[in-house]
Amino acid sequence: MAQKMTGADMVIQALKDQGVDTVFGYPGGAVLPIYDAIFNQNGIRHVLARHEQGAVHAAEGYARSTGKPGVCLVTSGPGATNAVTGLTDALMDSIPIVVLTGQVPTFMIGSDAFQEADTVGITRPCTKHNWLVKETSKLASTVHEAFHVATTGRPGPVLVDIPKDVQFATDEYTPPAEADLGHYQPQVKGDLETITELVEAIEQAERPIFYTGGGVINSGPAASQLLRELVGATGFPITSTLMGLGCYPASGESWIGMLGMHGLYEANMAMHGCDLMINIGARFDDRITGVLDAFSPDSRKAHIDIDPSSINKAIRVEMPIVGDVAHVLEDLLNVWKARGRKTNSAAVKKWWGQIDEWRKVECLKFEQKGKVIKPQHALARLEALTKKHDRYITTEVGQHQMWAAQYLGFEDPNRWMTSGGLGTMGYGFPASIGVQMAHPDALVINVAGEASWLMNMQELGTAMQYRLPVKQFILNNERLGMVRQWQELLHGERYSESWSESLPDFVKLAEAFGAKGILCSDPDTLDDAIMEMITHDGPVLFDCLVEKHENCFPMIPSGKAHNEMLLGEADTQGVIDAKGSVLV
Amino acid sequence: MSPLKIKKGATSHSAYNLRPNFSDVQESHTLAIIVDNEAGVLARVIGLFAGRGYNIESLTVAEIDHSGNLSRITVVTTGTPQVINQIKAQLGRIVPVHQVNDLTVEGQSVERELALFKVEGTGDKRVEALRLADIFRANVVDSTLESFVFELTGPSEKIDAFADLMRPLGLSELARTGVAALSRGT
Repeated sequence: MAQKMTGADMVIQALKDQGVDTVFGYPGGAVLPIYDAIFNQNGIRHVLARHEQGAVHAAEGYARSTGKPGVCLVTSGPGATNAVTGLTDALMDSIPIVVLTGQVPTFMIGSDAFQEADTVGITRPCTKHNWLVKETSKLASTVHEAFHVATTGRPGPVLVDIPKDVQFATDEYTPPAEADLGHYQPQVKGDLETITELVEAIEQAERPIFYTGGGVINSGPAASQLLRELVGATGFPITSTLMGLGCYPASGESWIGMLGMHGLYEANMAMHGCDLMINIGARFDDRITGVLDAFSPDSRKAHIDIDPSSINKAIRVEMPIVGDVAHVLEDLLNVWKARGRKTNSAAVKKWWGQIDEWRKVECLKFEQKGKVIKPQHALARLEALTKKHDRYITTEVGQHQMWAAQYLGFEDPNRWMTSGGLGTMGYGFPASIGVQMAHPDALVINVAGEASWLMNMQELGTAMQYRLPVKQFILNNERLGMVRQWQELLHGERYSESWSESLPDFVKLAEAFGAKGILCSDPDTLDDAIMEMITHDGPVLFDCLVEKHENCFPMIPSGKAHNEMLLGEADTQGVIDAKGSVLV
Repeated sequence: MSPLKIKKGATSHSAYNLRPNFSDVQESHTLAIIVDNEAGVLARVIGLFAGRGYNIESLTVAEIDHSGNLSRITVVTTGTPQVINQIKAQLGRIVPVHQVNDLTVEGQSVERELALFKVEGTGDKRVEALRLADIFRANVVDSTLESFVFELTGPSEKIDAFADLMRPLGLSELARTGVAALSRGT
């Protein structure tokens, strides 16, 4: 017999039935009945953020590090509008999160009521789908459908808007098995004919490359396993986007590093010179391709993606395969093995010879000299001292993010949480809280810049309240470093508003919240300071004062191609023309 | 509901031509989109066109299956073949969208539009308007001593042609429904 309960209890029951253990949120008038239901139960842990944006990013961090959907609960009006940046971030990076918002009662919708906003209207373009539930009888079913939509196909954020009278009213609960999930059932198996065409191309390719992205990680651990098998068996070089780091181990034999605007020289040159590009779960983003006309001019291209709209959007491909990465790779491996596991190994060996030549450029080389810490050095030391730990890294957005991607190595998927598509400053700190909630015993480090970190610094209260020992590794150059770099290259060194004035004393700031602060400005004490950060049992704010005018290289300037990278300061004079300067 | 050719659980991916097309010519395409008839679904479709900078030349929408709770949106849009393919793929991502058919490339189709014309005038002009209406097989649905309202159904070109003829004869108001379209045959 169906159980009768209030809408608020239905929400909690539905979350439990969906396997949810943690909810990130912030209460307010229109969600009080649901908060009352939370008060009366023990199965779900609620984490009180200090701002709704922080709650959504924490849910994203939880989702990215576990592969499970993150859940967020906020109130109507400002609660919902504050969630918009997190929703957009999750949409751009295909992160499954379910955001539940309170709404004014149904009979007041449209009356400009207190804390009323058109939440489904505002969030329509920044969610994969959203619902306004006007009847309690449909509430449980809608929450189940929301989880289905968020986690299947190309994952993404969904939002369920629940008016307060719907939360109070009583009706029958719909368990997941009986819920109407709608007609949404994305295709997961790829077209075998095109897969076979790709196998033929793999057999013949002389200069092949795997170009992988976040889709491999979203597809689940099986996809990373199959990818490793395929790369190992073919011996082809593999590069990855920022979002895909960890799907193939950085210590792996075929790894040639991240590609793209701040990618490695060898990875970008190999993309430019290849004759077969196998895109697995990446989307030819503009940070990857550089100028489209000159993108990898001599290659045939295959593209495996679960979202048909990603295919032929920016780059035209000869072998489009719509499907889930794990399903397609399994079929691909089966077909390739059945045909005798052939590759053009002599040519591929020669190709590796060329790649090794490019590697000799040592594009990430830097020299730590003098008494000022170079940011690259700080990250290289962080890598050396934390590598052996059970480690998760989040980042904010800017130069530090690119250096982290370049100098930290990721051996497994779900270990690297960064805002790729939207580039959200303020993402990393709350995300690290979400990660630590999911992995209480792991070492969780947010690599930050001082400006990004200040954007969501209120979450230090959250970290303290739940005793989350997140490490905030702030590369403090007292500048908006990436903005400053672009102003140097593009705007005649006119550094408009790109320095951090009136910065707080980060050590005192940490102490004001009851956390630990560490200041380090001397390369000679850096290792000890990092060790002190790691061994401290609690949140740490690590203020690492670094070289103020360091630029991030390699760099593909706006409007240029993969083979036109800047490798250092000497290359930077007048490189970006008028056409390139309008690009971001 | 067989006339819609919707298989239960089917997605609209079959309609996509994923092979690259290198033409840069602007083409006009008529898309038939079957959607759940629910609040906000039209806003989702229109928002997609506005947000991604696609053109809408004509748009019609109405419920077509009350028991199945389905509506049909017909959009006439223009773009290069690559843009048209993007539009179809992007429409396919919208969760309440069941099916997207490109009537322009999937065999032959019929397209019809209904229009109402108010023509004001007296004397020769009035007589000429009535004569042309007869040639175009337009119906008179309202009449005063100084005006007619004509109803005309046909392809958009026919509506355009009739409007051009009526303008010098006293066309004062024009209302068009936009294009409704179906594929020919079974």
